[in-house]
Amino acid sequence: MINKIYHSMDEAVADITDGSTILFGGFGGAGVAYELILALYSQGAKKIIGVSNNPGYHEEGIAKLIFHDRLSKLVCSFPNNKQSYVFIEKYNQGKIDMELLPQGTLAERIRAGGVGIEAFFTPTGAGTEVAVGKEEREFNGVPCILEKAIRGDYAFIKAKKADRWGNLVYNKSGRNFNPLMAMAGRITIAEVDEIVEVGELDPETIVTPGIFVQRVVKRSGL
Amino acid sequence: MEKRLLTREQIAKRIAHDLQDGDVVNIGIGIPVLVSNYVAPDAEIVYHSEQGVLGMGKKAKPGEEDPDLVNASKEPVTLVPGGSYSHSSDSFGMARGKHIDVAILGGMQVSEKGDLANWKVKGAKLGSIGGAMDIAIGAKKVVIAMTHTSKNGEIKIVKNLDYPVTALRCVNRIYTDLAVIDVTRDGLMLKEIAPGFTVEDVQKVTEPPLIVSEDIKEIQI
Repeated sequence: MINKIYHSMDEAVADITDGSTILFGGFGGAGVAYELILALYSQGAKKIIGVSNNPGYHEEGIAKLIFHDRLSKLVCSFPNNKQSYVFIEKYNQGKIDMELLPQGTLAERIRAGGVGIEAFFTPTGAGTEVAVGKEEREFNGVPCILEKAIRGDYAFIKAKKADRWGNLVYNKSGRNFNPLMAMAGRITIAEVDEIVEVGELDPETIVTPGIFVQRVVKRSGL
Repeated sequence: MEKRLLTREQIAKRIAHDLQDGDVVNIGIGIPVLVSNYVAPDAEIVYHSEQGVLGMGKKAKPGEEDPDLVNASKEPVTLVPGGSYSHSSDSFGMARGKHIDVAILGGMQVSEKGDLANWKVKGAKLGSIGGAMDIAIGAKKVVIAMTHTSKNGEIKIVKNLDYPVTALRCVNRIYTDLAVIDVTRDGLMLKEIAPGFTVEDVQKVTEPPLIVSEDIKEIQI
């Protein structure tokens, strides 16, 4: 029988080692797996390479990890935000590295990682700071740059509902990066509001099929 | 002892025996389609079918057919509880992205390095690739179900392919009507033999030299 359900956040993140690459779903505060991140904080892993559109607001989410110097690098698209003062300060102090990417490229590089495309050409970023060190080529007269796949040892996903197979549905714009990161994580852990019986989710509305999910944990909501 | 080659159903049954509870399995057309008939009833195997079905169930009964729900052979099938649909890009992403545990494919030729040819006959002008190349390159484990030799007695397990290549170094195990053979770094390892046959019988119809497994046995059918 397939059963991907874990009984606690702590159990679900227990095996994460120092130096792991973790994909963190979310756009700002929407679709962030806050409870998994808190469990990772308690678990203690260091030198994490994080991939997340934003560096977390205030001292919440991955901002808490950054504040405690647990991330060595962040791959992101939108770090310079007033509420992301924790990251900005650590970055200015040289305590965290960063790879800055256009948001669409970030999303597509993660998708590429999930679906076994090693690299692709995109016009976004050609002729800009983002192109530095990347192969440039023209297609149909359009200058493009070569972007490589991003994969994670783990992916932290926030979804609305799951079943024991790991099928997921999301809530509104909380979907954002989550389905892509679910595909690109070697071990994808989904934090969900509700766990339902297999067969209850409408096959037409399942956004992330269970094949991409290894662990499911229900939020405590505390 | 009487020499008995395996039937197509028996090859399928032997393959089914190796599937693990929880495996996500892609099944190609031909012998592979038969495999699901022989899986242990208490095992939850998730069948992936390239056109975008994950959790494919049995063939649809008369009257239950939906022309929009078909298997890779375009026959009407059903979906099991927990199953889902995806578009073609995501469906092949599952394969290419190494999310499928086992792909069971047919074969025209397999080389000792695990190179696979199964999409076009040698010398033919036209063949169909379909999903073969994406699945062969992407599944975590690729196993081949085929007859050991062709209808005309031509050897199919060869040193080097002379049929058009589907994917290089992708095959892990070959199940034929005569033997079960693993592709290893050192070469092809003979694991099991059909009832009544000898190692020499298998070697006679296999071009590369076979390494004989220490625990070689008769195929249980």
